[in-house]
Amino acid sequence: MIYAGMFYIATLLLVVGLVYKIFDYSRTPAPLKIPTTPAPTTKKGVVYRMAKEVVLFESLFKSNKWIWVFGWLFHFGLFLVLARHLRYFTEPVWFWVGIVQPFGKYASIMMVVGLAGLLARRFLVDRVRYISTPSDYLMLVLLIAIGLSGMLMTFVAHTDIVALKTFFMGLMYFDVQPVPQDPILLAHLALVALLMVIFPISKLLHAPGVFFSPTRNQADDPREHRHVAAWAARLDQNN
Amino acid sequence: MAAAEFDIPELKDDIEIPKLREGVMAHAKSFLAPKPVQDFMGYPHELGEDWKERAIDKMGDLLGKYRSLKVFLDACVHCGACTDKCHYYLGTSDPKNMPVARQDLMRQVYRRYFTTAGKLFPKLVGAKDLTKDVLDDWYSYYHQCSECRRCSVFCPYGIDTAEITMAGREILNHVGMGQKYSNEILGKVQKIGNNLGLPGPALEDTLAGLEEDIEADTGVPVKMPMDVKGAEVLLVTPSADFFSEPHVESLIGYAKVFHAAGINWTLSSHASEAGNFGLFNGNYETMRKVAMRIRDAALELGVKRIVVGECGHAWRVAYSFWNTLTGIGYGGNDPFSIELQKQLDPTYPQPQHICELTNDLIKSGKIKVDPSANDDLVVTYHDSCNVARASRMGTEPGGQFMIPRELIKSVANNFHNMADDTIYESTFCCGGGGGLLTDDLMEVRVKGALPRMTALNNVVKEHQVNFMATICAICKAQFTKVLPKYGFDMSMVGGVHQLVSKAIKLD
Repeated sequence: MIYAGMFYIATLLLVVGLVYKIFDYSRTPAPLKIPTTPAPTTKKGVVYRMAKEVVLFESLFKSNKWIWVFGWLFHFGLFLVLARHLRYFTEPVWFWVGIVQPFGKYASIMMVVGLAGLLARRFLVDRVRYISTPSDYLMLVLLIAIGLSGMLMTFVAHTDIVALKTFFMGLMYFDVQPVPQDPILLAHLALVALLMVIFPISKLLHAPGVFFSPTRNQADDPREHRHVAAWAARLDQNN
Repeated sequence: MAAAEFDIPELKDDIEIPKLREGVMAHAKSFLAPKPVQDFMGYPHELGEDWKERAIDKMGDLLGKYRSLKVFLDACVHCGACTDKCHYYLGTSDPKNMPVARQDLMRQVYRRYFTTAGKLFPKLVGAKDLTKDVLDDWYSYYHQCSECRRCSVFCPYGIDTAEITMAGREILNHVGMGQKYSNEILGKVQKIGNNLGLPGPALEDTLAGLEEDIEADTGVPVKMPMDVKGAEVLLVTPSADFFSEPHVESLIGYAKVFHAAGINWTLSSHASEAGNFGLFNGNYETMRKVAMRIRDAALELGVKRIVVGECGHAWRVAYSFWNTLTGIGYGGNDPFSIELQKQLDPTYPQPQHICELTNDLIKSGKIKVDPSANDDLVVTYHDSCNVARASRMGTEPGGQFMIPRELIKSVANNFHNMADDTIYESTFCCGGGGGLLTDDLMEVRVKGALPRMTALNNVVKEHQVNFMATICAICKAQFTKVLPKYGFDMSMVGGVHQLVSKAIKLD
């Protein structure tokens, strides 16, 4: 029951927090055209640029190969791991989620290796150490703990995934079922819930934020299209 | 007042990433703007008792008006990608000159007053109260950023420290800590018409003198018309072009181009300045007021085209913002925009860069040039930050890199690029941009020029380069001062149209 309540609250906070933040970003105007150039001149081009940024971390690749390798390993690993976890929330399990299972299993290694690399940089590179706050370290530790506890259950001490699925399907249909009493699983789930709560009030906002970044999401067409924010348009009326 | 003594960095073979030396540039403080300057701008000139509330209120106001600020303050994950990208960090090794640390000066306050995590667990997330010490750090380090956007190229979320610096300066102005240099200039441009404070008659004298010089030199009566109603082209250029060296050589170049092409052009005494320091201050209204002079002049003179001279930040404002601020451009369907659009010639881009114009004229054969006139020179090209990362020329992305180079290569036979990671979008700032071109920041300027000087030194050694062309008035003024500190001749820097001027055929 505690875990059921915990996940309901965590999900609520995550969704409400994220929806609010996305709403807040989208209602805040970008009064000037500030794409970092060279930039695409069309909307289609912007979608392509953003896709390269989100999927391949293009700017980061140009910037620093170590951060790129670790960062990309972590994020792509996480993506596959999350995809794999969809099997606990779908019945029958979607076709592609079935295909992704073995990949997701080993992607956890990518994920943890990437995170460990990022954590090592925080200790080893003086510039990164200087800018790191306690939360920067703890965030990586939290993610590593989630990854390792998950890997323990995948590779070492299996948990009762049938009962776990019953628990999550129950949550989804508001028919609360008991959570399996496996200490590793309970730790894993509690940490995930914590991550969900932290998400909308932390730097994890970089995930929605990147899509709203004016230097990346604007087309370079200021001579052809007049771009005026509502608060700025009022200034024109006084002339 | 004599500037403090400081060591000139030594040029090495490569641009090296220094070890952190905390606080080594904390002493660098640009002069504060005095009362009359702040009064004119409508800002206080000293901290009142309520400065903290005013600062936080202003921050809240800006967070509501600028998505960039809000997203950039939230999104940073402290990955460190930007930490070795700023020329001021590379040149000074002060960690607060790392882009992320510069942003964090504001981010710590943002987190404390505007985020749940920072209100509840300030220590955990690096949130800090806004104190006088923090404010002093803002003043010091937001005037050690040239708003060059190099960091924004390399940030995985495109976080642009320039946006944070601009917001920081705006807040500082609102609590009474304005920068003397920028705000004085903003006063002059609004009261007199240009940043140098040259009144109309003085300007006319200067232009008449230049006309005589050109005629004595070439035998051709090339004109520099001012305030000519009904001219086809209004040329708006940085006022340094009127009498600073080497800037004036480019002005002579523009005049020769117009003459050779038979284009009827004019300057404006009302808008005798392309520069717009409103950009540096981050105040939309100020930037708009300064830009409106161009619109007013264009309407008054009835010109069909607006062309901008060699000035980096001016081209950013002109290319990226004029349409927004003043309706100079296309696509507006409101009465304000239409009034100007119906006057402008739609067969040309508006505004147009002088390099676009000249390059087109040469390519189409409308003007003739003899590149051997520049055979005494081995040329390299310094991409100015605002042109490179905040604007474009031509129709294709990257035109801002190719067009000036095409133009240089058509008027000079010997050209070599500097190292790849120091040109195009990765170009290094000259060290004097963004409102830092003042003697009270000489140490910051000299040290900030280190990466560019290193790259230049390498092409000097390898290819005997003896001329660095650029299209920015601030770059030219900065390099003229800084080149000698690194053992180069100050006349090594000059405009692209200085080369055009030598090569163009006037018949």
